[in-house]
Amino acid sequence: MHKFTNKDILEISTLSVEDISLILDTADRMKEISERPVKKVPTLRGKTVVLYFYEPSTRTRTSFDIAAKRLSADSISLSGSSSSMVKGETLLDTARNLEAMRPDVIVLRHPSAGAPHILAKALDASVINAGDGMHAHPTQALLDMLTVRQHKGTLSGLRIAIIGDIAHSRVARSDCEGFVKMGASVILCGPPTLIPKGIESFGVTVTFDMNAAIDGADVIMMLRIQKERQSGFFFPSEREYARRYGLNLEKLKCAKPDVLIMHPGPMNRGLEISPDVADGPHAVILDQVTNGVAVRMALLYLVSGGTRNADSD
Amino acid sequence: MRILIRGARVIDPGSLDGRMDVLVQDGRIADIQPEGVIKARSGNDTAVYEAAGHILTPGLIDMHVHFREPGQEYKETIASGCRAAAAGGFTAVCTMPNTIPVNDNAQVTRFILSQAAKSCGVRVYPVGAVSKSLDGKSLSEFEELKEAGAVAVTDDGRPVTSSLMMRRAMEYAGGLELPVISHCEDLALAHGGAMNEGAVATRLGLSGIPNAAETIMVLRDIALCELTGARLHIAHVSTRESVRAIREAKKNGIAVTAETAPHYFTLTEDAVRDYSTHAKMNPPLRTQQDVDAICEGLRDGTLDVIATDHAPHSSVEKNVEFDNAANGIIGLETSLALGLRLVDSGVLSLTGLIEKMSTRPAAILGLTSGLKIGAVADITVIDPQRVWTVDAGRLQSISRNTPFDGWTLKGKAVLTVVNGVVVFEQMPKAE
Repeated sequence: MHKFTNKDILEISTLSVEDISLILDTADRMKEISERPVKKVPTLRGKTVVLYFYEPSTRTRTSFDIAAKRLSADSISLSGSSSSMVKGETLLDTARNLEAMRPDVIVLRHPSAGAPHILAKALDASVINAGDGMHAHPTQALLDMLTVRQHKGTLSGLRIAIIGDIAHSRVARSDCEGFVKMGASVILCGPPTLIPKGIESFGVTVTFDMNAAIDGADVIMMLRIQKERQSGFFFPSEREYARRYGLNLEKLKCAKPDVLIMHPGPMNRGLEISPDVADGPHAVILDQVTNGVAVRMALLYLVSGGTRNADSD
Repeated sequence: MRILIRGARVIDPGSLDGRMDVLVQDGRIADIQPEGVIKARSGNDTAVYEAAGHILTPGLIDMHVHFREPGQEYKETIASGCRAAAAGGFTAVCTMPNTIPVNDNAQVTRFILSQAAKSCGVRVYPVGAVSKSLDGKSLSEFEELKEAGAVAVTDDGRPVTSSLMMRRAMEYAGGLELPVISHCEDLALAHGGAMNEGAVATRLGLSGIPNAAETIMVLRDIALCELTGARLHIAHVSTRESVRAIREAKKNGIAVTAETAPHYFTLTEDAVRDYSTHAKMNPPLRTQQDVDAICEGLRDGTLDVIATDHAPHSSVEKNVEFDNAANGIIGLETSLALGLRLVDSGVLSLTGLIEKMSTRPAAILGLTSGLKIGAVADITVIDPQRVWTVDAGRLQSISRNTPFDGWTLKGKAVLTVVNGVVVFEQMPKAE
């Protein structure tokens, strides 16, 4: 069996195809734990997981918290506003202080790209990136891949359309890296203002035409559009955005009959996705959330209790 | 006390190039003769340096440095900055006005000069602010600044956003024969970006600054230079489009000069990978195409000057998240060796490099320079073969923010003489 040797989970690009397959396989097995009447196993008993969220997050933080608790790890949740950040302490100092209390895993959400890398370099504890600025959100990409694999049986050869605000999206970047690495083809779509320069270097194609993106897609991933972007001149109005890049039943007509509709959340119903699509038969948006717990259980297990430690025994 | 430097290749662009002996006495160049002609007098009052294989040039001038005094002495003092300059072969530097308080009045200028007078001897030429407090709202008192010793004006670090104010500043400074140095950046377009816009920024998830953010302002200032007839000097050129714009302006006889910094001809945006904050500066490191254009601009004379934009910062400003890190790197002690790489690669002749690091900045600022009998003895001796490894912890600068830490470089200043006095020495005196 493939050995998982990563100390940290910082971005998809540092994971191998074998790593990703192992994470997804492990997550598949973890899913069952959440179906039990007593949703807890002792696997990570005595391990300490710090959830350090400098940015507001409900879904991801809760998902990590539940994942840690289902594996019997002790999890401690810190948020930016309650932390010493507001007292002027640097990220590095905060992390060193946390490390001095000997946690096993630090899960970091931070508004600055590269912040988890600073931590990972400085600390012995494993660092899991729960989203850094516009850079990466690897656990989201892994749960997206898991969801697609569960429904399609494979990732290789699929056509994934990712639509919306690519420029500001760490989810889009990590999804691009993950799906391309696993053999899928990715087509990105959005207004030119929200397509970042040089994104083709991820091995993806770009279109500004939503129908072209949907055509032949096995998966349509809709991204949240932040309403603030309007004031940055990225698009004229929510109305025009919804008209041009919102997914509704009309646009869905040209999609494959077995297309999957995904969204990393939180959704703006009526803006990037219409309610009838979000709640329709193609949507697997809540599966993504369920799989999020499984993927994070797998990652916590692999970095703190899994084969990495077994190697040194 | 006399100094005799024997057998160096003496280069003064446009006038001298050959193996000669140079005698310095009473702060001036007392004699320059073919090698072997000048004898050391009997007695011990002459320091003799055997400099065969070395190059002797007019003192190098770095017309763009940030010494952090007054205000942020933990990053660099005038004394430490001068030591770094001397070690880098510079006999003179121009200090940018963004100190705390800002050098927008004669008192601050005089303070800087009085601190410089207590330092190792390297000449410090303060540059005054265009606007009071660098706020872009009202002009500093240029005449008083000039009287106190300022050699130019700039709001470096911040662009003068108002075209009207820039016009007036250029007109008014022109009347005082003060060059205006422009930090060219369209702030709205740069939009708080952290690095060059492009594939690397996209991959790192950092917000990008397009080339056009610089070039738009270069074009504006060239237009204002043409309008006003003032002398405009463009600071730290980083983009190929800026080089093109300046080349075109010069072709049309507009009185614009320009500088670039060693990092813009040495590094690309790739240095930012791994979120290295020592590769964060403003303007940002660009692409190889830009580096090539900068080199071509240096070669064909579009870019007149190499200046370091020496910008010391401590770990407090640099050992943080990339987007929160301060812009800038130190450069005084690596500039010459990085410049010599251009000679090695054929971009510049040795004479061309010395022009860009000495005689051109002197001419732009109206300073005297050159190796003539009777001239003030500001001299740099370079060992072009000296191979050394940059160790940020052992530089003279208080700060260590250099992306060149650990680089092995070839060529080093080994003797720096200002006003006839040795301010830096790394070669043996003959017995």
